[in-house]
Amino acid sequence: MNALVPLPVLLPLCAAGLELAMGPRFQRAQRFVSLAVLGAVLVLSVALMVAADRHGPLSVHLGDFAPPLGITLVADRLAGLMLTVSSAVTLLVHLYSLGQGMADRDDETPFGVFHPAYLILVAGVSCTFLSGDLVNLYVGFEIMLVASFVLLTIGGTATRVRAGSTYVIISLFSSMLFLVAVAMTYSVAGTVNFAQLAGRLQEVPVGVRTLLEAMLLTVFAIKAAVFPLAAWLPDSYPTAPAPVTAVFAGLLTKVGVYSMLRTETLLFPGHRLAAPLMLAALASMVVGILGAVAQTDLKRVLSFTLISHIGYMVFGIALAGRDALSGAIVYVAHHITVQTTLFLVAGLIERRDGTTELTRLGGLAKSAPLVAVLFFVPAMNLGGIPPLSGFLGKLGLMRAGVEDGGGWAWALVAGAAATSLLTLYVMAKVWNLAFWREAPPGAAGEGVVLESAEDDDSGDGDGDGDGDGDAGGGEGEGGSEGDDRDRDARGDRDAGGERGARGDRRRRGRRPAPAGAVVAAGLLGQSITTTTRLPWPMLLATGAAVALGLLYTVLGGPLTTFTGHAAAELLARTPYIEAVLGP
Amino acid sequence: MTVSLTLLVTAAVLNAVGAVLLLTRSLTRILIGAVVLGNGINLLVLASTGRAGSAPLLHPHVIRNRLTDPLPQAIALTAIVITLATTAFLLSLAYRSHQVTGSDEISDDTEDRLVALRADVLRRRSELRARYRQARTGSGSTGDERARYRAGRRRLRERMREERAYQARARDVSGNLWNDILGADPEDYRVGAERGSTDAAGRPGPAPAHDAGPTNDPEETGREPDGDQDAPGAEGTGRPDGPDGPDDPGQEGPR
Repeated sequence: MNALVPLPVLLPLCAAGLELAMGPRFQRAQRFVSLAVLGAVLVLSVALMVAADRHGPLSVHLGDFAPPLGITLVADRLAGLMLTVSSAVTLLVHLYSLGQGMADRDDETPFGVFHPAYLILVAGVSCTFLSGDLVNLYVGFEIMLVASFVLLTIGGTATRVRAGSTYVIISLFSSMLFLVAVAMTYSVAGTVNFAQLAGRLQEVPVGVRTLLEAMLLTVFAIKAAVFPLAAWLPDSYPTAPAPVTAVFAGLLTKVGVYSMLRTETLLFPGHRLAAPLMLAALASMVVGILGAVAQTDLKRVLSFTLISHIGYMVFGIALAGRDALSGAIVYVAHHITVQTTLFLVAGLIERRDGTTELTRLGGLAKSAPLVAVLFFVPAMNLGGIPPLSGFLGKLGLMRAGVEDGGGWAWALVAGAAATSLLTLYVMAKVWNLAFWREAPPGAAGEGVVLESAEDDDSGDGDGDGDGDGDAGGGEGEGGSEGDDRDRDARGDRDAGGERGARGDRRRRGRRPAPAGAVVAAGLLGQSITTTTRLPWPMLLATGAAVALGLLYTVLGGPLTTFTGHAAAELLARTPYIEAVLGP
Repeated sequence: MTVSLTLLVTAAVLNAVGAVLLLTRSLTRILIGAVVLGNGINLLVLASTGRAGSAPLLHPHVIRNRLTDPLPQAIALTAIVITLATTAFLLSLAYRSHQVTGSDEISDDTEDRLVALRADVLRRRSELRARYRQARTGSGSTGDERARYRAGRRRLRERMREERAYQARARDVSGNLWNDILGADPEDYRVGAERGSTDAAGRPGPAPAHDAGPTNDPEETGREPDGDQDAPGAEGTGRPDGPDGPDDPGQEGPR
């Protein structure tokens, strides 16, 4: 059984090499390999999770080198659960991207890099979840990050290059910080293996220990987008293609949360930085959700709710009791799924209407009822409406906070409740604007063509008279009240609409769209013409993601039992240490 | 543990230089900063070896407790490889940025600035209107007041347009390293432009490989001068519509 542990890393890496060798000429084979490997990783992850639950943590020393020298991979309950959730989500997102790629007819484009990069990302994520030492964790992060650089800037359009630059620089900086932390840890303890560090760090002077903890927490907080270090996220995520944003939002930040969870429990038990962590958690929740309230673009709204809800997990980590950790783990699983699903739905909307700008959307509940349902369920899930898993996670965390009973804990419980309500408000706002109200004039109509339309001068029916309509409105006399009010309304509407209108004009300049069709950005960022009829693989994948979110509710009992055991295992520490170093 | 002071001092200097360069706006400088910072941090990793010893080779005559610790070297090697890959990626990113926007500067996130600007301008506009209305009900002479009111609104619109031009280009024409590092105000950029530190068009040069699309359509650019019609809504027309509008999506993406 132990021999299976490295496979979730090895399989995707080898498959990525194979796909790169095949090149873009064998699109079908590439897709098949990706799908098969991702499916295999899912099966493996489930097997590892079950085995770790039955027999305790599994560990393997690569090359049979003993701990201080060799690389150790460990799969305990937490790692198994994270692997399972992440591989399920990556499989679904991959299906979605296949649907999108096929519909965009990207076969003709030089598109050989998406599938390999995606697999390398999966390998990196698996590597961080499984790694049993600090250096391997660093390497896992780097594998994941380099793949994510490629995915984020795929197609190389100007917006993506700009967004990618921010992301690359921040990631680079946090990696450097991580490396310094690794060097410091090594010079203090003479090892980088988690199991050995767990023992040796206890003998280190308290000040040095706290410094190490602070360094590692800072690094992971940048990765996880905890509030003061989260500004990069809303700038860089929304411009990427929908499946990429979805998998980033779901997984990359949670990898940071996982690393925090692992190091805080294993290396720094009874940690001294609980108060700063709580403060960061509170600030993340409140500032993040207030940011979401202010945004008018669906993808950016979702980016801010992402930051906000990271706060819940940090809250659980900071409390560090058994129930709190259990709640945090449930919340991580729930949030990976739900946040990914919401970004997938945002992708569907963008594809259907050419924009995710809420002021330009409307009437989707009537014109696209399936998309409306697919949005509504995860949105309510995120907001924490009772039978759904978001409620379970929040309930567990708040209960743990109340039991803790400290001043900080109460403040955080209050903050969590307020954030939950504000999340509901934000989701209701999105629902009202995009789905429930009448479609505003100029919204997407019924499309007819399904084509990656190349230049075609058949018409120009889109995006006109939207940004300019009011330029002709003229400077009124500024006299009567009515005039003022009228202008106010118009100003507000246009203030929201202008971005979309500008985007339209720009696109129109490049490639005129056939009348009645929608101009959206394809996977590579090029303008494509889509229809309002969505490709079924995309809908199916999104539906499956929604169903996965609902599954956590159905399996709520076993899930919380499992996470309870996982949390107990984390706090006990001995099962992990013994699995690596022997009894 | 003994640590070589030379290693530490060199690492400190390299890290400081790298950090300063990393804070600039130009991707090329950031690239150099990343390389320098990476080297500095590798030195730190090496410093964790402690006192230098003989080469860590296991041969029969080796004295085991005089060997150099090989593990930090392995870690540093890993880090070097990773830095190399990241550097290559950043280099290609900088080149691509130059290709699509004509410069390798990283512009501000447009959406961030828009959200802030929109709120600010709307607030000031309503303040202006309130003051105007108050003055109108108070005194009889409206001509003066109205002129002042309009002038105020025009100033707001101009500011908005300036911001827009700035964020569209986000270029460094101040020629001042500290402005570049700490982020200059739009005013500095304007001053720089007036001093003529760039070419007449205020642009680094014509963007490469742009076909003359409808962006240069006289019908479209003809609307430019009277962009001051009304309110923040009209900025669509106040947008600098030149050939180097930085984020035309996908115009030369692979087809």
